Amino acid sequence: MTVDSSPVKFTPTLPGQPVPEIATISGGRPVFRAELPDGRIVWLVTGYENVRQMIIDQRFSRALAVAPGQAQPGFEMFASGSINGMDPPEHTRLRKLVAGAFTARRVEALRPRVAGIVNQLIDAMAGRPQPADLVAGFSLPLPAQVICEMLGVPAGDIGRLHAWSDAIMGDWQRDTDEIMAALAELYGYFGAQIEVKRAQPADDLMSALIAARDDADRLSEHELTAMCCILLIGGHETTANQINLSLLLLFDHPGEAARLRADPGLIPGAVEELLRYARLGSLPPARVTTEDVQIGGVVIPAGEQVMPLFGTANRDPSAFTDPDRFDVTRDAARHLTFGAGVHHCLGAQLARVELQEAFRGLIGRLPGLRLAVPASDLEFKPGMAIHSLRELPVRWGES
Amino acid sequence: MTRWKVSVDKNVCISSAMCVALAPGRFVLDEQQRSGPVEAEIDPDEVVRDAAASCPSEAIRLVDADTGQPVDLD
Repeated sequence: MTVDSSPVKFTPTLPGQPVPEIATISGGRPVFRAELPDGRIVWLVTGYENVRQMIIDQRFSRALAVAPGQAQPGFEMFASGSINGMDPPEHTRLRKLVAGAFTARRVEALRPRVAGIVNQLIDAMAGRPQPADLVAGFSLPLPAQVICEMLGVPAGDIGRLHAWSDAIMGDWQRDTDEIMAALAELYGYFGAQIEVKRAQPADDLMSALIAARDDADRLSEHELTAMCCILLIGGHETTANQINLSLLLLFDHPGEAARLRADPGLIPGAVEELLRYARLGSLPPARVTTEDVQIGGVVIPAGEQVMPLFGTANRDPSAFTDPDRFDVTRDAARHLTFGAGVHHCLGAQLARVELQEAFRGLIGRLPGLRLAVPASDLEFKPGMAIHSLRELPVRWGES
Repeated sequence: MTRWKVSVDKNVCISSAMCVALAPGRFVLDEQQRSGPVEAEIDPDEVVRDAAASCPSEAIRLVDADTGQPVDLD
């Protein structure tokens, strides 16, 4: 087999923009070399089976992708100290420490609290003038409050934490110094919180992690800090924007929204379809091949950067009938939005509960919810990890 | 020597493929992407214990083949 020598230009598209036909870009090749907007040359893997095979295969290493000299500024640099940027067995040792807090069973027990936060936020929003920004009033504070409570971080610190998270996750084009400063502040914040918690343990995840360090030496102090940081960051920007993008889809498909209003029992299934269809991710975290690997009819040599295009998996006709049709009653649960394999989203079950309760609340209590500006006026932060809306101006009552 | 019985509750499995990625020779996905053990009874294996402890839906069950007691996942 030959190594494809001419990378094609590839620019991820925003939600709402037409998706370019991937086969046209790649010349029909499911796995191909591409040049990203920042000049990096990577292999892109497309299609449901190829993407799934790749992310389960440990020969595609996250640790190599975030190694010094490889890591991009922003999220990748941040990931290098955390479970997101590790391979087994280090990854396994750390993930086991937190896996128990995020199981389906444990997260189900949090559902009443999540529903309570949803109601408080809707109460507060309903009392304010319209239009209102749903990002600031609902989609961001909901997951932020939940993860802060799980970790045991004071809810009053959410604003500061969000600003740092935004700098790291959002705008990667920004000055590297600014990103590094935000990283240092976030680490400093959790370093101090860990000391507070060490002196006064509570029934929360941070205390449990501190005990795992102090009583059983199961992780280093740096790993402890990095774990708190990634739980916080992974735990809110993603869910917040999945809420935003889902609402945009429902505004765009009033017939589907009406079905959910008529039968809220459809919401859990609809959440899976919204996860499949909404294109939350932009460019995914890269992996690096540890050896030559055959996939999609080509051999990717050792040491190459590879990215799975989850969007192409979620719209693959071999996995989903009529994949470009948005249908809240379809069985979409096999989507790959949460990934698969050892890096399967730790917070997947929590995100599901948050999304289900968010839509139950918004659809049930604000049935007239709608965009207050033309969709073309909405602005995404110029980041590369996930599609993050700056604001989502909405109305809900008569006006 | 102790043996472990490995089973996966397919009604609970969410197809994360965590176990398949961690212990490729020990677990396999079926047509519906639900996991199951390659062998139902094995010699104790730390990677299988890791897979059970890491499963996001707690679908993997490990028991001591002699006593029927659950294997400590910690």
